Amino acid sequence: MASVTHSFMKLFRGSSADSSQAHKHAGAAPRLTRRSSGLAEVSRSLKSQEPLCVLDIGSTSATNIRYLTALGHKIYSEDLLEGSTDPSLVGKDEQGHPALDSRRFLDDNLVYPPAQFDIVFCWNLADYLDESLVRPVVGRLWSSIKPGGMLLAFFHTREAGPDAPCYRYHMVGNDTLEMQHIEARRDLRKGPTGALHTAIEKSFRLQRVFNNRHIETLFRDFGSIKFFLTRDNIREVLVVR
Amino acid sequence: MDTPKTVEFAHIGKSVVIKGELSGSEDLYVDGTVEGTIELQENSLVIGPNGKVRANVNAKAVSVQGKLEGNIRASDRAELRKTAVAVGDIVTQRIAIEDGAYFKGKVDIQKETARPNLSATKPESQAAGRVTAVAASGTGGAPASGAAGSSPATASTAVTKH
Repeated sequence: MASVTHSFMKLFRGSSADSSQAHKHAGAAPRLTRRSSGLAEVSRSLKSQEPLCVLDIGSTSATNIRYLTALGHKIYSEDLLEGSTDPSLVGKDEQGHPALDSRRFLDDNLVYPPAQFDIVFCWNLADYLDESLVRPVVGRLWSSIKPGGMLLAFFHTREAGPDAPCYRYHMVGNDTLEMQHIEARRDLRKGPTGALHTAIEKSFRLQRVFNNRHIETLFRDFGSIKFFLTRDNIREVLVVR
Repeated sequence: MDTPKTVEFAHIGKSVVIKGELSGSEDLYVDGTVEGTIELQENSLVIGPNGKVRANVNAKAVSVQGKLEGNIRASDRAELRKTAVAVGDIVTQRIAIEDGAYFKGKVDIQKETARPNLSATKPESQAAGRVTAVAASGTGGAPASGAAGSSPATASTAVTKH
């Protein structure tokens, strides 16, 4: 799947060298509001009286921390995308090409006891995370989620385009999110495939586009998977372990 | 809790390196390197933009602008400014995180207990001496200037640590 999606994205990028639209977003970082059917489904569990253990692996959001603690839940926050830009993770593969050390990444990140979390908010991480880390991260998440626990993830469709900005998601209601364009804290560097990991100035760049089959394969170890199609070229996916 | 404007803050400059247990009963501004523990109990700690702290921190209020690796226990509030890199768990009553701050860890928002009426419980001389401090702490929960989403959490929950 890696080579196919990479080739696809190569063509995709070639057709759109102008990233001026993304530059426009990088400055003020306004918040855009969108409705989320996936979040609405998760909110039914969030309303339970039982305090839940929630993991947010998107970009750090104080809004989410307040929202979830106000509901009486425990919140863990870990910005995996930012963590993946740690220069010390870059090594070389057997062919001598630059590659991210996924084992080392998992030694430092997502270190939790098995079956710890009731809900994981993955947001659009998989679209922007380096190819070598996606499957190991999903595998680690599977073991960190309780049986019956949920994971909410967003995936861009092809129509979103190669320069689809990476957002920080803020929960502001049962089914309402605010999206805010995020900037990388570290400088640009080459990814394992030679592509720039954060090619739009200081922002993160879409690494691939998953189709439904790819998504089903990615979450094949989970018990069930539910797709929500939206108007803004994002597929919301809710998986249950 | 920006860079302290008054001489009330004890100041650890950016070329200073401290290893061990740091405790005190006055507000502290750390712009250097500290490894060990920091115990301020009823006072504030500010980790400046050049500060590198590898310690568990216990204070009334904690503001991070630099790097902190360790757990924060802030009896009043914790604040991560946009340049902050904080790795560790936070236990506090109120929290403010600016957009751009990096945080990795757990957040426990603990229930605010009713504060005793200081003027009623303290001798008059002490109560008068506390007026400035009380007024300052009353504004302490205000969101960091200009930061979206940085207002303090008002909701509370009691949680147990794993």
